[in-house]
Amino acid sequence: MIMGGQPVKACVSLGTSHFQKANQRVRAALAAADVVELHDVFAQRYLGCALDAGKKLDIFGTPGNDMACFLDGGEVEVHGNVQDQIGNTMNAGRIVVHGRCGDAAGYAMRGGEIFVRDDCGWRVGIHMKQYEGRRPVVFIGGDAGDFLGEYMAGGVIVLLGKAGKHLGTGMHGGVIYLKAPPDPGLISDSLVLEKADEADAEVLSPLMCAYNRLFAEERGAAVDESGEGFWRLRPASSRPYASMYAQ
Amino acid sequence: MPKTAIREGDVRIPSGCAIAGIMDRSGVRHDGGDILRSIELMHDRSNGLGGGFAAYGIYPEYRELYAFHVMYETHEARVATEAYLDVYFMSEKQERIPTEPVPSIKNPPDVWRYFVAPHPMRMNMSGLDESEYVMRHVFHINSQIEGAFVASSGKDMGAFKGVGYPEDIGEFYRIGDYRAWAWTAHGRFPTNTPGWWGGAHPFTLLNWSVVHNGEISSYDANRRYVEQFGYDCELQTDTEVITYLFDLLCRRHGLSQELAARIMTAPSWDEIDRMPPDRAKFETDLRVTYSSALVNGPFSVILGSEEGLLAINDRLKLRALMVGEKGSMVYFASEQAAIEVVCPDAENIRPVEGGIPFVAQLDEVARRKGLAACENSPVLNPLAHEVGVQPKRREA
Amino acid sequence: MLDYALPRFKVLRDEALCVKCGVCERSCANEVHRSDGASGKFAANHVACVNCQRCVVMCPVRALAIANWPQVDCGSTNWTLGYMQDIAKQSQTGGVLLASMGSTQPLPIYWDHLLLNASQVTNPSIDPLREPMETRVFLGSRPSALKVNERERTVITEMPPQIKLDVPLMFSAMSFGSVSLNAQKALAMAAEKLGTFFNTGEGGLHRELERYGEHAIVQVASGRFGVDAHYLNAGAMIEIKIGQGAKPGIGGHLPGEKISGEVSRTRMIPQGTDAISPAPHHDIYSIEDLKQLIFSLKEATLYRKPVAVKIAAVHNAAAIASGMARAGADVIVVDGFRGGTGAAPKRIRDSVGIPIELALAAIDQRLRDEGIRSTVSVVAGGSIRSSADIVRAVALGADAAYIASAALIAMGCHQCQDCSRGRCNWGIATQDPRLTKRLNPEEGAERVVNLVRAWNHEIQEMMGGMGINAIDSLRGNRLMLRGVGINEKELDILGVKHAGE
Repeated sequence: MIMGGQPVKACVSLGTSHFQKANQRVRAALAAADVVELHDVFAQRYLGCALDAGKKLDIFGTPGNDMACFLDGGEVEVHGNVQDQIGNTMNAGRIVVHGRCGDAAGYAMRGGEIFVRDDCGWRVGIHMKQYEGRRPVVFIGGDAGDFLGEYMAGGVIVLLGKAGKHLGTGMHGGVIYLKAPPDPGLISDSLVLEKADEADAEVLSPLMCAYNRLFAEERGAAVDESGEGFWRLRPASSRPYASMYAQ
Repeated sequence: MPKTAIREGDVRIPSGCAIAGIMDRSGVRHDGGDILRSIELMHDRSNGLGGGFAAYGIYPEYRELYAFHVMYETHEARVATEAYLDVYFMSEKQERIPTEPVPSIKNPPDVWRYFVAPHPMRMNMSGLDESEYVMRHVFHINSQIEGAFVASSGKDMGAFKGVGYPEDIGEFYRIGDYRAWAWTAHGRFPTNTPGWWGGAHPFTLLNWSVVHNGEISSYDANRRYVEQFGYDCELQTDTEVITYLFDLLCRRHGLSQELAARIMTAPSWDEIDRMPPDRAKFETDLRVTYSSALVNGPFSVILGSEEGLLAINDRLKLRALMVGEKGSMVYFASEQAAIEVVCPDAENIRPVEGGIPFVAQLDEVARRKGLAACENSPVLNPLAHEVGVQPKRREA
Repeated sequence: MLDYALPRFKVLRDEALCVKCGVCERSCANEVHRSDGASGKFAANHVACVNCQRCVVMCPVRALAIANWPQVDCGSTNWTLGYMQDIAKQSQTGGVLLASMGSTQPLPIYWDHLLLNASQVTNPSIDPLREPMETRVFLGSRPSALKVNERERTVITEMPPQIKLDVPLMFSAMSFGSVSLNAQKALAMAAEKLGTFFNTGEGGLHRELERYGEHAIVQVASGRFGVDAHYLNAGAMIEIKIGQGAKPGIGGHLPGEKISGEVSRTRMIPQGTDAISPAPHHDIYSIEDLKQLIFSLKEATLYRKPVAVKIAAVHNAAAIASGMARAGADVIVVDGFRGGTGAAPKRIRDSVGIPIELALAAIDQRLRDEGIRSTVSVVAGGSIRSSADIVRAVALGADAAYIASAALIAMGCHQCQDCSRGRCNWGIATQDPRLTKRLNPEEGAERVVNLVRAWNHEIQEMMGGMGINAIDSLRGNRLMLRGVGINEKELDILGVKHAGE
């Protein structure tokens, strides 16, 4: 809904209201405005569930789990930290976190982008997959917990800080870019760790620029936008279990 | 006591029957002569293994108190029961129920009545409401005190029942001496020989009494439904489970008796599909929510309560139940002649239709209900007795 | 390495009948039958035969039969030929043994120990041909009591969403990828005709099946294949798959060669890459997480669809089911260990989980003990073979049953248990277009509709015999069952008396 050339903006204060009520109010506000600011958010789950393209939530406070689940093209920006499973099974759209995110962010996402300014929890990017034109991106500005990119079947994970253990375990598609070289002893045989090349830099550079646009000011420093100096982790095979069975 | 035969509760015993009911909607009380003659005419529908009566309005002087009719096999049972009642209730009066020797009635129990009120402090501490409190203690006596059985426990009402033909049981209890605004009667034809008095009908609970003819094929579905809510189907009889269904739907869920009866004999899906959408939604929601309260198989039932009598037939109309009226009087009986024998000029004699309850309310109740709100308020709080501080101990 | 593997089957050809038409050769994707060209005689490569019986059925002169390979075992009851052949296979490949369809182990089938009641004298039996006999079932959660306005005949309580089944059974989950689109289409069409539901399985909803959405249950499994808001809203009910009777506790791999373009599009995954379903949902590590997923699906569908949760029948199924109900599941689905699968590790299929009859009885009783049975629906699946099994399941406490193998058998499956190799000669468990075209969806649907109508009539006959005219009154009505040949403990768990009691 456009009024005077500008998308209408609405504000909703959630307090400690239950998620069912909160989401009803958020949906009602989104029906009337393209941008909705949520204030005083405390643990409400599913905010931005299946949000469509052209809609945006600006969240102040700490939202609950499964924020932006099934996200369908909309944008959710959190001015603070978020809890677990953000962007669960998302199709398209963008999540921006001005802080850290919890576990299993981007579980099974098949499109869209998640930008996290700081650290992320465990099992982030688990079971991400790419499909036709969609190539999901998870960008973590800080360190990651263990099992980053577990079962990953497609898409891109960028990690500026340190990775945890069991990195990319079960990975059979997609790519993880690491700024800090991981201990090669911790990389499983089914993965290939190599220096990123120019083609990779072409993928990385726009993502670094995006990260700077979002966070450079509040971080007080920009990251290198060239996309160079990364390590690339990819699966050795797209059929990791092809020889597992007796035929 | 030597156990000579299988009783209800040991096994499930199907039985056939004759039933009858007489009520004066104006509330005027009549003696038991008519109900006796009505049930006696249907002698051949029972086999001498059970008969009984329920009467409403018989104790006006004690109408605020619970009237416990208790049958004892032994003196010890009476001592134990009275000690138990002394703890949990305050007794206003207790006496032996007057009986008359009848040659055909062998070895009758000692039958007493108690007019009691719940012990106020103990009731408060139990966390139960008054009905629930009374019900729990009746269940306790019936299941835990050997040789004692509470035949009825409502207010201003009572059940008189035993092993024998109903007309002999009526004579034994001197039914003719009581005056009630509503009477029901039952003559029983069980498929084996349970020689105990508590198993005779009517079955009662609080103010409810149920007489029933037929066998319900949904028994175990209904039993396992009500047992979820604290009703123990100790006797394994149809009458017992039907009573509990009414208690659950009316007393706990706050539905009218008529709607409860409709739930138990719900319209078929074919009928619902033909209804206008609003009505179909109402019936569908009821059937979906209360599907385990649907009573299936052949049955006719007369339910007694402080409101009056209600008669239902199963939805396929597999059992006989007639109704006739004369002025403020309403008559029910398994067979038409049993109405005519006491009211030769009864009008509108007709069968109670399958699945459509016939409601006979006291005029005064009908007036009150007409003015009251027509929305119910189900009580769904967890029952206090279901929560404890200890794990349940295994029985040794 | 010398191959120790023996043929399992022997192809018998009656040369006197054979007209050398070559139908058998063209029928067999396993290339068992070969013409020697010059003489026109056919030879058989017995080791390749899986006993799917396609050639036997297709042979116009009935010249073919399949027999067991006549090799005797070593005489030990411990070292049977089966175990020795398994060891041979594993010692040659180092691989996990793969199996398909339901367990072949001779473990107890309690259905066969439960007999049904019928009315005699005290209660009339009802003839379904002449009297009403209701098999309609609604699935979903319900309030434990209704607030109503009796005068206006309106229900004030907000009713949770329900799905309506005209027959007390549905087709359980079989994904596009594990079965062909034609097989799914046949089930979808049959579900529409019968007034019941098919289940997409975890492989997404193919766009050609969207028009059957009102009869679809869309499944959400750990891989979240094909799951988005559109998919969730396209079906009538959503089912979260936690486990499957044939392979409790493990995930699944759909091998890359089965991920065709269509499968890739429907699952929204890359073509040719293994589709891996993780063993757990990685957003469910505890019961409160299940609640989180249930409500995320409810939020995504604005509380308009019931959400079912399917678990495999395992040791602690009763407590788990109670937790599921309390977590907001509207329908509890329990799948027994004899249930089928497109592919499962053989040792898991044959060793993990418990019989559906015991799990179902325990779940129903536990929910009753907790006073919540009537607020939730229970569906049992995994090894339902006949209408009588459905009657038994309902009497034990199920609202409805799931069938799958029976529906596949109606469509031509001969239980050769070779689904995992993707060469199903009946066009069911394959993505090979030369094979899938053998299954005509219309004809498949007609066979399934015939089967279910016949079963439903049998169910009505059995209910009528019990004097029951609505399936509501059969549910949990365990007095209608009696056990034979089972012990006290089993009777106790099943909650039934022994015959004669």
